Amino acid sequence: MTDSENVSLADCTTDRRGWFDWVSWLLLGTGSVVLSIPIIGYLFGAAIWRRKDQWVSLGKIADFKENETRLVTIKNPLRGPWDGITGDLAIYVRRDPEKGFEIFSVHCTHLGCPVSWFSEPGLFMCPCHGSVFYEDGGYAAGPAPRGLYKIEHKIEQETLHAHVGHLPTLQDPGTPPNDNQATT
Amino acid sequence: MIAAIRSAVMWFEHRLVLRETLWPIIRHPVPRGLRRRVGWMYVFGSTAMTLLMLQIATGIALSMVYVPSAGEAYESLLYLNFDVPLGWMLRAIHNWSATMMLVVVVIHMTQVFLMGAYKYPRELTWMFGVALFLLTIGMAFTGQVLRWDANSYWGLGVGVAMIGRVPYIGPALCDLLMGSPMIGGETLSRFFALHVYILPGLLIGSLAVHLYLVVRQGISEPPAEGEPVDQNTYDEEYEKLIGGGHGDPFFPGPLARDAFFIGATLLLVFGLAAIYGPDGPDLPPDPANVAASPVPDWYFLPLFAVLALSPRALETIIILVAPIVIVIALVLLPLWAGTGERHWRSRPVACMSVIFILLSLLVLGWLGYKEPWSPIMNAWTKDAVPPDIVKRLTPVELQGATLLQLKTCRNCHSLDGVGGKRGPDLTYVGSRLDRPALVRQIVQGDGNMPAFGKQLTNAEVTALVDFLVSLRPPNRPPPLVPTPSAYASGK
Repeated sequence: MTDSENVSLADCTTDRRGWFDWVSWLLLGTGSVVLSIPIIGYLFGAAIWRRKDQWVSLGKIADFKENETRLVTIKNPLRGPWDGITGDLAIYVRRDPEKGFEIFSVHCTHLGCPVSWFSEPGLFMCPCHGSVFYEDGGYAAGPAPRGLYKIEHKIEQETLHAHVGHLPTLQDPGTPPNDNQATT
Repeated sequence: MIAAIRSAVMWFEHRLVLRETLWPIIRHPVPRGLRRRVGWMYVFGSTAMTLLMLQIATGIALSMVYVPSAGEAYESLLYLNFDVPLGWMLRAIHNWSATMMLVVVVIHMTQVFLMGAYKYPRELTWMFGVALFLLTIGMAFTGQVLRWDANSYWGLGVGVAMIGRVPYIGPALCDLLMGSPMIGGETLSRFFALHVYILPGLLIGSLAVHLYLVVRQGISEPPAEGEPVDQNTYDEEYEKLIGGGHGDPFFPGPLARDAFFIGATLLLVFGLAAIYGPDGPDLPPDPANVAASPVPDWYFLPLFAVLALSPRALETIIILVAPIVIVIALVLLPLWAGTGERHWRSRPVACMSVIFILLSLLVLGWLGYKEPWSPIMNAWTKDAVPPDIVKRLTPVELQGATLLQLKTCRNCHSLDGVGGKRGPDLTYVGSRLDRPALVRQIVQGDGNMPAFGKQLTNAEVTALVDFLVSLRPPNRPPPLVPTPSAYASGK
């Protein structure tokens, strides 16, 4: 057996060299932990400091006819300078004579595919797995678990604004489902 | 000259000492049973590894032109396809070798499973093999995202929607995956880092451990019936097979067989790449192009089918729990069945499992390819009512036929086999359902069909039902057997 193998843990804690060994490991550990904080924070930053939706103008309310559902393309307020075409954002705006404005995400609540609007039957239809939604966004048929995601909106100075940005999902729909959109 | 080369080689050898380190690995002994025809079952691992090397080589070449920026990636792929000399071929080789790699990895896993090669003492080798399989799938998915066209954009949206179902932490996980709350530049950069640095690094690291274990534990001997693996005796028996000069050196014998199969595979990849070319890009990744009809790459078609066919109530559980269960089952398999019979003839459950899994994947993949559950979004304008039907209609029935088109019923229903397949073919619906049943179906709908009660006037319902009742073979009366709705109302 070599001398180094004869050194016990107790020796390390009693003599001067042993104290220095402990300090060395402690310093290495502290340095590693301190450095890892910004690195981990950077890597997981998108999930820790989540960016919030913002209000975007969709145009004058007079531009939207009653009883009409329109696909409106705007710039996503959360886009980056190099996002190109993916910085666009499409939403459906419906103006109902009684209910007023209703704004829906184009993402199917089943698995996020883009739903198309068919004005003749008054239905939104998803090309992926065949989910169908009524004109008020309510669930109509297919595998979707709920109605379309509704987007918060407001009217200021005759201008329609929508609160948009994030990609809506079942756990983060943006606004809670209303009665007719509840899970069926 | 020869003396000079020999001298140079010796100069390197003196410093690298490969004759003592690498050479014994290349010449490590393998069981002589591999000389038989069964030896061809042992070529898939090295073929998968070669395809990975090909992926790395072509990937590096492509990265010299590809721009991992959301605003320019699509154009850089078009530039690669049409402007860079042989750029299309490099993309095609990269794509087809990825396809081939996934196929070969699955064959390799199946072979190892059926030959019981995952049993003692190679349990850890199998576990790292499972890691390699999962990483290969990860590479396939991230590679699909880098194509950055409409399919990859919406395909990634599907992935986000699936992760977005995770309770509580789903939204944070989505942002973590996308790098932001939306699919954009940070998403592409993130997937580029995953595809080019992180996953290949993990792949190479796992492959290194896998290879170390293959050499350290030795290549498994071809299984024989009635010779179960016994943890107490196996090491000694295996040593008898390969020790004392009883085994064959891996090089040149078995390695030559690997080389033959690898060469044939590479030629196949070349042929597929030259004939079929690269995969996409198709339409640009435009979030406003809602007319896009995303379809996943072939390896995700079974999943695509499962998501369409699952009961709604179970879907979230299937999406979130099933992958975890499958991975755990794969990883823990050698701990659960790490000893005992190795030959497939003595393992009927193993054989049945493989047949069931492969058949399920094939059937689901085929269904995913045909996607009968998907509406044909332009059928209502594209597919006319067949003239043979139109010419025998009354004016009211003609009005009903027009409504069938305008109300987009054809997107889900066929006439004479033309149109959507999501709902039943309506060519002879008048011989299956009577008038009350048709009215009920149209007005109330069901889980797979919207209720049109609010979308149609009474006159429109009448016209549509008149048309549907008329859809019967010649001289066939309407159904005589009471339908459930007629029975329920006491008629």
